[in-house]
Amino acid sequence: MSQSQTLKGIDYLQGNEALVEGAIAAGCKFFAGYPITPSNEISERMSWRLPQVGGIFVQGEDELASIAMVIGASWGGLKAMTATSGPGFSLMQEGIGYACMTETPCVIVDIQRCAPGQGIATKGQQGDMMQARWGTHGDHEVIALAPASVQEMFDLAVEAFNLSESYRVPCLIMAEEIVAHMRDKVRLRDPSELRLKERRRPDIPPGKKIDFHQLDDEAGIPPMPRFGDGYRIAVSAFSRNRMGYPITDRDLHGKLLRRLSNKILNNIDAIARFETSFLDDAEVVVVSYGTPARSAKSAVKAAREEGIKAGYVRLITVWPFHHEKLRALCGGAKEVITVEMNLGQIFGEVERAVARNAHTSLVSSPGVEPPTPWEILSKIREVA
Amino acid sequence: MGEAVEHPALKYFRKERLPHVWCAGCGTGQIFHYTVKAIEELGLDPDRVVWVSGIGCSGRIGAYWIGDNMHTLHGRPLAFATGIKLARPELKVIVHGGDGDLASIGGNHLIHAARRNVGLTVICVNNFNYGMTGGQVSPTTPLGSVTTTTPFGNEEPPFDLCDLVASAGATYVSRWTTFHARPAINSIKKALQRDGFSFIEIVSQCVTTYGRRNRMGDGPQMMRAFQRMSVTKEQAARMSEEELRDKIVVGEFVDRQRPEFSAMKRELMKMARGG
Ligand SMILES: Cc1ncc(C[n+]2csc(CCOP(=O)(O)OP(=O)(O)O)c2C)c(N)n1
Ligand code: SF4
Ligand SMILES: [Mg+2]
Repeated sequence: MSQSQTLKGIDYLQGNEALVEGAIAAGCKFFAGYPITPSNEISERMSWRLPQVGGIFVQGEDELASIAMVIGASWGGLKAMTATSGPGFSLMQEGIGYACMTETPCVIVDIQRCAPGQGIATKGQQGDMMQARWGTHGDHEVIALAPASVQEMFDLAVEAFNLSESYRVPCLIMAEEIVAHMRDKVRLRDPSELRLKERRRPDIPPGKKIDFHQLDDEAGIPPMPRFGDGYRIAVSAFSRNRMGYPITDRDLHGKLLRRLSNKILNNIDAIARFETSFLDDAEVVVVSYGTPARSAKSAVKAAREEGIKAGYVRLITVWPFHHEKLRALCGGAKEVITVEMNLGQIFGEVERAVARNAHTSLVSSPGVEPPTPWEILSKIREVA
Repeated sequence: MGEAVEHPALKYFRKERLPHVWCAGCGTGQIFHYTVKAIEELGLDPDRVVWVSGIGCSGRIGAYWIGDNMHTLHGRPLAFATGIKLARPELKVIVHGGDGDLASIGGNHLIHAARRNVGLTVICVNNFNYGMTGGQVSPTTPLGSVTTTTPFGNEEPPFDLCDLVASAGATYVSRWTTFHARPAINSIKKALQRDGFSFIEIVSQCVTTYGRRNRMGDGPQMMRAFQRMSVTKEQAARMSEEELRDKIVVGEFVDRQRPEFSAMKRELMKMARGG
């Protein structure tokens, strides 16, 4: 390949490869990661694609180093990403918390595999969904997306960078082995049609004392300077005042904590995306996310063919969880079925959203394979 | 006469952050001073120098630097600094960390940053213990020393950090103590002028925990003890292991050239783009 920048047009790729192309189209210029199945194809492709587009690839000495390098590179002004799987995702949690507290844009990909422990390295599961939400210590908000197709591995990689840059928050791509290794036709969208977002930079010249840390606006997102540009910024994960200096004061800590949460929660309508179909008159709604949504969709279609008023909701954004919107989407349904590839993690959130209006149930698989369309269809028949 | 003279290091210190956190007599502030002195004497633009530090008493050094700084995670400053250096190779990146920070929880990053020859100036504040958390044993605590977790005397052999990073590939390595102000400043200056991974260990007095438990006296007394304990590497070469047991070997151990990591990554980019 010559002076190629971004690849364009139609290609036939594996999910992990499509994700790399999406990241590069979004302007990713730095990747650090440590080998772990089933995410390896991401590092491997990054190692040759990034240098081609003027980016930097590093194989970290471990996941602790990888997430730290990513955060450092982000403060150096680069769009940065790492990819891993469960055991490595656990190791990255302290770094993810650091990124939340310091409002560092970065993208973290977890190609989930069967867990806990070493589990089954080569088989998928959605077992890290709650770790994505609460894995790092302390109150915080992150954004987590769940791709369900090879095309979405590309599209959501772009979206992850856009969200992360816009809200100065780590954005997690919670894929799993099946969609990561699936091969399919992908449209590699041209960057010109992507509407890429960049972090807001300070709009005043360096030299003045600027408020990079706390804003009076309780959901504000401060501008982010880059190291070496003369703004003399102090970055630290201590709870902080306006200057970025450590505080031990209840009010100031509360103000910071609420701003970090509100900058996400107040924008939940813009952040949380859903795919829906057959909802208008639905009496039974099937809620899913990621790969199992493929089974869920087939099951809902089959149920419709049988005359059952079944509806389909897929969470594209899992965190922040938009309870209110889900409740509205489920509308008059009397039954809501959650489908996922774990023993029921997001099921609890769906219950919180709809249990007052509907009866809820779970169709789950422990991983390896998603629940089959037949398993879901028989549940739909049972509750309809 | 009689006018108050501002401490020369204060020009580079975020004065609005005073009082600082360090105990009276602690060596950590001296190491801040030695670092800014080196920067001043070299005439470096503070806006082009980023200080990165870990967590600990020594980890607070960077956060007082007037320019850009990043107070990172315990053990990880070298990995954060690697990301910064790769993103902004034209900047000078200085890392301050403690013996616990760089050699225990962050030991893996230490050897790998040295192996890769990342262009960082690393200053290890070796105070022989975990000052910040109350004086626990660290990987550099001398045999027999008392700490809060070695009440009977430390039974674990310590690391020689200079040997470690030299073997791992560091291109500039030296050791001094807070007593050796001028040689330490000169070493930091040299390191800042080198492209590669430079490591300067500065033995420092933790008066409040290590010094007190081992009856070493106040700050000045501890510094005089460092003076008495120090031998040059030339003297050390003629001494037995037994004779060296309570000694601090000071001097420059390594000064060599190897390709620097961020420069190699740039080369790779050219290659990949067919240039
Ligand atoms: C992951 C993690 N583990 C433990 C700590 C607690 N901790 C803070 S400072 C420190 C040790 C500091 O010792 P050293 O690095 O030698 O620095 P010093 O205070 O002696 O300068 C520890 C263990 C922490 N902050 N993070
Ligand atoms: S505890 Fe020790 S290292 Fe920490 S500030 Fe006090 S004297 Fe210095
Ligand atoms: Mg120490």
